Amino acid sequence: MPVSNSNATTHTMKVPGTKPTKGPKKKKDEEEAVDPADGVDECPQGNGPEDQPELTEDELNEEITRILTANNPHAPQNIARYSFKERSYKPISVVDQMAVLFVLESSLLHEDSDEARRLRVKQGLLKENAAIDIGAESEEDRTETLATPVEDGGDVEEAGEEDRPDSSASKADKKEPKLTNQFNFSERASQTLNNPQMERICQTEPPPRNNFSATANQWEIYDAYFQELQKQEKNKEKQKGTQAKKDNDKSKKKVVLTETQTDDLSKVSDASKIFERMVNQNTLDDIAQDFKYFEDASDEFRDQEGTLLPLWKFQFDKSRRLTVTALCWNNKYQDLFAVGMGSYDFRRQGQGMLLFYSMKNSAYPEYIYPTTSGVQCLDIHQQHSHLVAVGFYDGCVAVYSLKQEGQEPVYKSTAKTGKHTDPVWQVCWQNDDMDNNHNFYSVSSDSRVVCWTLVKNELIFTDTIRLSVNGALSNGPEGGHLPSITAAGGTSFDFHNQIDYLFLVGTEKGKIHKCSKTYSSRFLETYDAHTMAVDAVKWNPFHPKVFISCSFDWTVKIWDHTINTPMFTFDLNAAVGDVAWSPYSSTVFAAVTTDGKVHVFDLSINKYEAICQQSVVAKKKTKLTHIEFNPIYPIIIVGDDRGCVTSLKLSPNLRKKPKSKKGQELPKGPEAEVAKMEKLLSLLREPEQSAV
Amino acid sequence: MKVDVEGTLKRIESYKGVIGTIVVNAEGIPIRSTLDNSTTVQYAGLLRHLAAMARSSVRDIDPQNDLTVLRIHSKKYEIMVAPENNYLLIVIQNPCE
Repeated sequence: MPVSNSNATTHTMKVPGTKPTKGPKKKKDEEEAVDPADGVDECPQGNGPEDQPELTEDELNEEITRILTANNPHAPQNIARYSFKERSYKPISVVDQMAVLFVLESSLLHEDSDEARRLRVKQGLLKENAAIDIGAESEEDRTETLATPVEDGGDVEEAGEEDRPDSSASKADKKEPKLTNQFNFSERASQTLNNPQMERICQTEPPPRNNFSATANQWEIYDAYFQELQKQEKNKEKQKGTQAKKDNDKSKKKVVLTETQTDDLSKVSDASKIFERMVNQNTLDDIAQDFKYFEDASDEFRDQEGTLLPLWKFQFDKSRRLTVTALCWNNKYQDLFAVGMGSYDFRRQGQGMLLFYSMKNSAYPEYIYPTTSGVQCLDIHQQHSHLVAVGFYDGCVAVYSLKQEGQEPVYKSTAKTGKHTDPVWQVCWQNDDMDNNHNFYSVSSDSRVVCWTLVKNELIFTDTIRLSVNGALSNGPEGGHLPSITAAGGTSFDFHNQIDYLFLVGTEKGKIHKCSKTYSSRFLETYDAHTMAVDAVKWNPFHPKVFISCSFDWTVKIWDHTINTPMFTFDLNAAVGDVAWSPYSSTVFAAVTTDGKVHVFDLSINKYEAICQQSVVAKKKTKLTHIEFNPIYPIIIVGDDRGCVTSLKLSPNLRKKPKSKKGQELPKGPEAEVAKMEKLLSLLREPEQSAV
Repeated sequence: MKVDVEGTLKRIESYKGVIGTIVVNAEGIPIRSTLDNSTTVQYAGLLRHLAAMARSSVRDIDPQNDLTVLRIHSKKYEIMVAPENNYLLIVIQNPCE
């Protein structure tokens, strides 16, 4: 039986259709020679499968030669193709005997192939260096591998030949990174299962929110710095005093208490004050405009006469029945003036008032002080304008301080402390004495001139001088010298501006005494001024020698204190209540009379007559009692016996300054005023001297 | 010097031509007024912002300066506003009457 070995191509097979004798016999590759006889003899016929062909013994003994050839037994041997050239079917002469047994796709590149070269270029110079080595090695390997197929001889290995040089090259390539290309590189990846995701959230309660908005302005930054500075200063103060800390604690408690009050109207106190003034200004706008800007143009046509323009009227409900007994402007705040209310009628004595008005608000006084007795006189301190000295009808003097709250005076004299026994007619502040205490003088009808000194909390009095008819009162009774019993009460006095110790006193009898503070026993001079009580005596603010006096005997007189007789005398046809020099000119003065008229004189213009005589009150029975010029504004205030103060503006003619000749400079300052007065006086003196 | 604010306000109200006064506290609530409620609330609300803006302008130019009074003079009347201590004082006056 022939053993069919279909897998091996080297064995010749007995296959129906192929005759081994026709194919080319290749005896080169004879590998095995099977002894047919041995194999056949051992298998007797008849034991095989049923479809086995039965052969005769001769056929069985026939020797079949087996030849090993390199022919592919599966390759077709009778392929015929149509040839267009010969127009017939012709068998192909050569048939491909290649049988592919095994193919393995790999990712290796032959190093000399184009793709490998390209990859190498990409990877850089290292490849080149390695390639040189590889090239050397691969040559050695090739000689080795060429030998191996001879030994193995398996077809399986044939395909591997090409791999060998490459694999050797790849072994050498392990120094370089593996070249990957899209054809022979495969990724093998695996993915783990992704667990499904679940959110777990925990939320706390959000903190309460609040909207905050602020602006960062220049002034807010400034305020913040300012507060910081104040805090620092407070801290410094606290550190300085330990006792202060205790006080601070106490005061803090008090502060806390007041802060708990809500909606307090007092927080708008300043604003309400301003508003009152504003509302009044609106209502009385015309007057304010007149005060500021109006200048009477008709003065040019009126020769040298002037007029007075009425401005505000100051009235207070509660003082309607009282008489204005004193007026005084405040030096520091020139719109503020003080009004003393009382009564000149000795039958009608009751309570009095001290009022302060500001021109900015004519409807209501700024300060109100009710007093038990009528105010007769008052004076505001030049430097400390919050101190007001007041003289009363009952002879007391008091000092009020505007800075303090409350309606009581800061100092008050009593019977023990030397108050006058008669009404005080005039008070006047002096410069501080050598101990820097404030002091003032008062004159009264009890014929005493008293100096009061403010020492700590007390008023200490010093009798300066006693007025008498004949002369100074001597201290002790002297033989032959009649003690002066009849003493004359003083009704007015005035202190000299420059010469501190010099002052004038006017008496009830009509005499004016020139006295000295230091020299209390005698008068320096006596002038027989008037026939009735001297109402007012005033030094000229510019000229050091001139003073003016007025009296109920209808006259106003101007004096040079070196001369016993008056320089000028004016008869005003009515009792003169008060006279005042103007602060801007040495030759201008004004007087008020009981018939309600104001007389303004300017001696440089008219020596004999007033340049203005004007009635300023509505009702003719109203008597004018006092007059004062404003220090800076062209305003005069006039008080009357109905508790009303009227303010008037002086027209330009009344305020004339000396005309300058063309080309000459205007003389300014008090020297000019002095010179003006001196000129006048010299005119008067010359005729006198010539007369004498 | 203690000012009697109540007395002053009453006097202001009695002057010629004054239509009304309003005092507004720090929170913008009118605490005292002589006008009817709706007008008061309207004035207070509107003027509060205007006064704050005016004050801011004045202080922006010079932080040491501060607004004292804001006067709005209109055809019919004049409104005067003064901020103080975070309070607001408003007076409306017709000066022509």
